[in-house]
Amino acid sequence: MAYVADAPKENFRLSMLIYDTRYRSITIQVIVLILALLFVGWLADNTIKNLAAKDKDINFSFLWNRAGYDIGQQLIPYTNDSTHSRAAVVGLLNTLVVAFFGCIFATILGVFAGVLRLSNNWIVSRIMTVYVETFRNVPLLLWIILSFTILSEVTPPPNAFRVTDEMIASGQAPAASMLLNESVAITNRGSDIPWPLLERPLGGADMAGVPINYAVVVSLLLLAASFYVARRNSQRARKTQEETGERPVVWWQNLLVVVLPVAAFLAWRGFHLEYPELKGFNFRGGLSIAHSFTALLIALSLYTGAFIAEAVRAGILAISKGQTEAAYALGIRPGRTMRLVVLPQALRVIIPPLISQYLNLTKNTTLGMAISYLDLKGTLGGITLNQTGRELECMMLMMAIYLILSLIISSLMNAFNASVKLKER
Amino acid sequence: MKKSVFLGTLAASALMAGFASAGTLDDVKARGELICGSNTGLTGFGAPDANNNWTGFDVDLCRAIGAAVLGDPSKVKFVPTTGETRFTALASGEVDLLVRNSTWTYSRDTDLKLDFVGVNYYDGQGFMVKKDLGILSAKELDGATVCIQTGTTTELNLADFFKSNNISYTPVTVADDAEAQRQYMAGACDAFTTDASGLAATRATLPDPDSHIILPEIISKEPLGPVVRHGDNQWGDVVRWTLNALLTAEEKGVTKANAEEMASSSTDPEVRRLLGVEGDMGAMTGLDKDAFKRAIMANGNYGEIFAANIGESTPIGLARGLNELWTNGGLQYSPPFR
Amino acid sequence: MATPTPTFVRTEMLGPQEPPISQSGAVKWLRENLFSTPLNSLLTLLGLAFAYLVLRTVVPWAWNGVWSASSLGECRQIIAETLGPDSHAACWAVIGERWQQFIFGFYPLDLYWRPVLAFGLLFCALGPILYFGQSGNNLRIVGASGLLTLGALLGVRHFVAKANPPSDAILSDNPMVLVIAVVIFALLGVVAKLRPQKLVWFSILYPLIGFYLLWGGSVWAPIGTLVGFVILALVWYGLQRQVGVVVAGGAGLVTAAVWWIWVQSAVTDKLNNAIPLGLLYERSDQFGGFLLAFVIGVAAISASLPIGILLALGRRSDMFLIKTLSVGFIEFVRGVPLITMLFVASLLLQYFLPPQTNFDLILRVIILVTLFSAAYIAEVIRGGLAALPRGQYEAADALGLDYWQAQRLIIMPQALKISIPGIVSSFIGLFKDTTLVALVGLADPLQGITKIVRADINWKGIYWEPYLFVGLIFFAVCFSMSRYSMYLERKLKRDHR
Repeated sequence: MAYVADAPKENFRLSMLIYDTRYRSITIQVIVLILALLFVGWLADNTIKNLAAKDKDINFSFLWNRAGYDIGQQLIPYTNDSTHSRAAVVGLLNTLVVAFFGCIFATILGVFAGVLRLSNNWIVSRIMTVYVETFRNVPLLLWIILSFTILSEVTPPPNAFRVTDEMIASGQAPAASMLLNESVAITNRGSDIPWPLLERPLGGADMAGVPINYAVVVSLLLLAASFYVARRNSQRARKTQEETGERPVVWWQNLLVVVLPVAAFLAWRGFHLEYPELKGFNFRGGLSIAHSFTALLIALSLYTGAFIAEAVRAGILAISKGQTEAAYALGIRPGRTMRLVVLPQALRVIIPPLISQYLNLTKNTTLGMAISYLDLKGTLGGITLNQTGRELECMMLMMAIYLILSLIISSLMNAFNASVKLKER
Repeated sequence: MKKSVFLGTLAASALMAGFASAGTLDDVKARGELICGSNTGLTGFGAPDANNNWTGFDVDLCRAIGAAVLGDPSKVKFVPTTGETRFTALASGEVDLLVRNSTWTYSRDTDLKLDFVGVNYYDGQGFMVKKDLGILSAKELDGATVCIQTGTTTELNLADFFKSNNISYTPVTVADDAEAQRQYMAGACDAFTTDASGLAATRATLPDPDSHIILPEIISKEPLGPVVRHGDNQWGDVVRWTLNALLTAEEKGVTKANAEEMASSSTDPEVRRLLGVEGDMGAMTGLDKDAFKRAIMANGNYGEIFAANIGESTPIGLARGLNELWTNGGLQYSPPFR
Repeated sequence: MATPTPTFVRTEMLGPQEPPISQSGAVKWLRENLFSTPLNSLLTLLGLAFAYLVLRTVVPWAWNGVWSASSLGECRQIIAETLGPDSHAACWAVIGERWQQFIFGFYPLDLYWRPVLAFGLLFCALGPILYFGQSGNNLRIVGASGLLTLGALLGVRHFVAKANPPSDAILSDNPMVLVIAVVIFALLGVVAKLRPQKLVWFSILYPLIGFYLLWGGSVWAPIGTLVGFVILALVWYGLQRQVGVVVAGGAGLVTAAVWWIWVQSAVTDKLNNAIPLGLLYERSDQFGGFLLAFVIGVAAISASLPIGILLALGRRSDMFLIKTLSVGFIEFVRGVPLITMLFVASLLLQYFLPPQTNFDLILRVIILVTLFSAAYIAEVIRGGLAALPRGQYEAADALGLDYWQAQRLIIMPQALKISIPGIVSSFIGLFKDTTLVALVGLADPLQGITKIVRADINWKGIYWEPYLFVGLIFFAVCFSMSRYSMYLERKLKRDHR
């Protein structure tokens, strides 16, 4: 194409739009643009006609009507008197929380499995191979259903924890007991864990329906301030080290600075843990985590973890063996070699597939509907859609939200990728 | 595999693309087949058996309509629909009617532009609990964990019931019936709530049915019936009066076995009108005069259909209850054939 | 003078000694592989304990399973009688009674030979793509799939004969089926032996053959569709020298569309009236189980290949608009979950298509899944294109090839080869994802068929057995495909640098 500039200057003819490579690309683009616009117009026209024929309209006002259904897991207050839009937000938060923890656990699991698959220990590497292959080759839906089932089948029902007077009299122990010093109860309905509470809470405010607890805000502010002070302290220590060659011992100072103010504040307000207790049918108090959440989290982490393990293994194998040998020659032990030499280099190979696995995991949270985990698909795209019959609005809104979510995750991860990439000069 | 299989399929399906016009009845006749929106599988009400034949209480109503319109109960195609897709499938013309335990509610009848043309099963939402829980009334369920299927009116009723009685509960949402049954059996929920018919079917298949009781409270009205598109009154009439014909037949003692004989021997003018011997009742809805006789002869009258699929002689063992004829103290009441 | 042999010198060699016990045999292997460090020993013990726990619960349950019973209640009774009350064992009888629905869905019993034959021919069609022009490999594939297909046909025939009363007249044409299958595979074998390159035509025709075998109907419908493609090819070939590849392709597509939409049905109807020839027409709502999973998976992947190639080229194009559109489409599709696409197929497509258009759900799902997988395939192929060294492009330019010639002759053959493992893993992913169609009411093997089986009062309450059965089949299919793609990856590896 370099000689295009030297081409003889001809007068423009209409046929050049097709025959001349200089103009052909413009012609093609214009035609494609027209076709694309026509296609979109055709879709819009059809939609308008269909809506008219069905005597419907596009109207999002149903989002502000009473929802009328309950959601088991809610991160922000919600009752069946709340609106459909609030139900959608509750669902979105449920999606986010399972995606967030899922990504963390899947990464930990994937890195361990990927490294252990290359282990010299025959049994361990075989077990990891079996793990990776079974999870990669069976539909996720099955894993979700199975983990949910296993969770509720192997755990005892709440009434197994009950201690009646006769049992005390006869010295009989209940069929099941709580774990970790009577603080955690895992029943076949969910896990009940202790939850921190203040005897003299600071109160709170409500911002756009999201409750703000002042005690949490104050604690966070205190922590931030403490970390800032601790960091200054470390910097001072480093400066001293650079000047005198001796590093003053500051770690206990830092620890005190970080821990003391928050601990003092919490103690002042009467910090205590609320333990779950068996009352009536169920455990009350503490935080109750439903099994649908736990099962979805486990299945997503295990499934995605298997894929991440493959990426990690490929990343490790991509690092030249010379690196490992050089590390051994320096007398570094195998575990540290992996941690300090191989993994940091493999990270650059691993991150791109990791991004797409995170995206997949986030999108796969929608499969929670198989076990009725009420995420965004379950609330906005499930019950709300079903109760209001507004499929067009619900689905459009849902697709838009997932799209935005995916774009945010991929841009965050891409930024991270750019920051760890080898800086080639 | 460069060429795409679906282009070919598309081209072929363009030939078959149904162009639903205003009259569903004409479409069905022209197509020679009735398309019935059914459940994806509900015990006793509609599911394919091992030989791929659909059977069930709702299915038999569809077959009766197929027999009335097309003269052949086997010319019915069943399209499974889920809770989310059922009304869309009907509104878009994918199915001709929906016979799929859908509750008749005000907003569905009006806002969703659908028409409920009758009630073929009066149901109500109930609770099942284990006997050893020692509970005799749903009002004692304060703080209980309740297994509930999502995407139906059941969850709205449940919320309303607990709210109006000022007691609390924890919902355990489950995706389907089988899941609910398993959870309930494992003790993951104290009570299982769904339509009383579903509770009975579930209870009948538990390993030890006697250790479970269905609580006396029925917390909602669930009139289940066939649904058609709003605005197609002729088709609505066909469906409505086929159902009524089955009811009238039971009331008058016309059965699958004796319909032919009754047509010739009966002196009751309503029976004669029903079976097309006197007057031309079928023609008023665009059918022929034997239409309702064929509907009855497809699977029998309402009582026979009930008994064969979900009645007390089947493993599901539902009593007629509200679905008894009005003459026997129930609610099933057909307007006169006149 | 004979030198006295010093007594301390050995005259003969000693036999080699056994290595110390810790350095040989099982002990050495154990030491090196299982107990080399304390941490390793701990891991080994943990692993063994885990394996033992899993096997202890699963194996007796599965092994003691009941194979013949007519209902879950009967199963429970048999188990209680043989193993004592309160013991648990599987009830495999449900698989024995309903396996055909898990595999074929609601496809008519006596027509099972059609999906079986279509499945067998699928491998013959894949052969020329994986081993283009290699006589031996293709012959092996044709032979193996032919034998397996014939075996499966015999098995299916035996099953159908058992399920149907012997008086059933439909059975009479079944021996013909076997003969036809033998003839087809023999023909394919001969072509593979003599002209292996020509076998690629079978691959190109396979979508139509497979479609026709599964759906049936008049034989003229697929032929009419084929004529459309021939028209497309002719117009393209005739015009491409004058107006360029893209414009010629567009013109060909327009002419073919005119044929498909307005002319074809008239012509094929006439032909059908004159020479009525065809198989029994089967509607797609009779598809279910693994048949449905394979139809959706294979149709979507093969249809998405050309779209994906175009999208990948579009994404690398210099033309701003084309690039933007391609990127927008790919990122949109990759950004939303497959479930939402399925719900678009089942709920929203009716709004976007002209009023009153209506075609069945499986086709709508296939179209949406095709668009979905096209975006992923485009990314796989883009990876393949990016992996090609620049020298290849420059060499093509140096030879004076234009864009499309370069793509066709130099770039694509290499890029596609690199992408095959990626395409296979896309297919595995898609195949697993076909289980989601249950959520829009189709009878997939995992949830749809299982739900239907459970709706039978005899099997209500059964839980693990169908899931395990379906899971095992999925595992077998996906595992063998992933192994095969790994093998291909190693085989196709060319060092370009």
